[in-house]
Amino acid sequence: MTQGSIQLKRDPAVQYLLRVGDTALILAQRLAEWCGHAPVLEEDIALANMALDLVGQSRALLTHAGKLEGAGHDEDQLAFLRDERDYFNATIAELPNGERGGDFAFTVLRNLIVATWAKLLWERLQSSSDAEVSAIAGKAVKEARYHQQHAADWVVRLADGTEESRRRIDDALATIWRFSAELFESDAVDTAAHAAGLGPRFADLREPWLAEMAAVFDEAGLAIPAESAFRSTGTRGVHSEHMGFILAEMQHLQRSYPGGVW
Amino acid sequence: MVIAEVASSSRVDAAWRVLATVLDPEVPAVSVCELGIVRDVIDHDDVLEIVLTPTYSGCPATEVIEHDILQAISAAGLGPARATLRRAPAWTTDWISAAGRAKLLAYGIVPPGPASNAEVPIRFFPRAAKTVALACPRCGSHHTERLAAFGSTACKATWRCLACQEPFEHFKPI
Repeated sequence: MTQGSIQLKRDPAVQYLLRVGDTALILAQRLAEWCGHAPVLEEDIALANMALDLVGQSRALLTHAGKLEGAGHDEDQLAFLRDERDYFNATIAELPNGERGGDFAFTVLRNLIVATWAKLLWERLQSSSDAEVSAIAGKAVKEARYHQQHAADWVVRLADGTEESRRRIDDALATIWRFSAELFESDAVDTAAHAAGLGPRFADLREPWLAEMAAVFDEAGLAIPAESAFRSTGTRGVHSEHMGFILAEMQHLQRSYPGGVW
Repeated sequence: MVIAEVASSSRVDAAWRVLATVLDPEVPAVSVCELGIVRDVIDHDDVLEIVLTPTYSGCPATEVIEHDILQAISAAGLGPARATLRRAPAWTTDWISAAGRAKLLAYGIVPPGPASNAEVPIRFFPRAAKTVALACPRCGSHHTERLAAFGSTACKATWRCLACQEPFEHFKPI
């Protein structure tokens, strides 16, 4: 017996919260892949700890999105029984950890991009008109600060380290920078959320984000790459070729053993 | 009526005394009360409500703590009880009591300094001015260094003492 998919009601507020919650969930899945494989034990533990924070933030948001959707879906159903097109994480979160099973430079640079975005977003979500979102944000913003700090430290260290570490940061930057643009795309979903007081427009996060990234890049001796026309589309449910594989692994247990619990 | 109120308040008081004996499963040196995660105990006559605020969004101990608390209340004959979650205001290490801080230190974990809830600038550990070195919980030396920003749990960082050569943990302010 296998479990079929649930159908998600595409309400703008639900989709807005899932963009944030799914980005946290899918990045957590990627970070968890480092468990047992990170370059040193301390970083193995750090990445797993940050993955846990992200899972916790995602659980809270998915639970709340399920309530707003009003179709009786709980956090587990939303995490494990949605089809790929009903996932709204930014594509950057689903990219594989790098070459040969994982590149630490790629991981910390992506973490810096996403954590800086998340920190600025959570700061603003603290004043959401939705009391539950505001409460979730009050906790998450503190965690995001530590995530950003951790990633910034490593980006500086690697960019200003050895030839090898610099080459890896340069390669990572060349690969993922263009995926950061999607985090600041605005459309009907976040415009509606903004009008309702639920949260900010994503485009409004771009300037403060660039300023913080520039501060880290200055310290690291890196230049902010020129903007390209490329736009990934995960937040609209159209994902890269990597997404299906993540979901297959993440959802396997609940699909094969419906309702299974620890 | 007066009698009922006295009974109710003593049930709540008794519950607080029981909760003071429930230890955090990850840091079994301190109780859930000393950690500041028990925010309220409310007597609804038919059921006792224990209001908890989680430490971290993804803290895996949250569910164990809830279970341990309900079991302790029930074992003390104060049940039935239920645990409810209160997210706001968010938990901060500033809520750890003075007694809790002393116990953390004795356990080998440097307690957190004051948490800043304001925007904190990004700091660069490798080069810019180092953070104030913590005193080693074993030998008291300030000749210490941070090894990693995270430790055995998300709430702690890993440090080592260069004087006595022992590793130790720091409960991060949050």
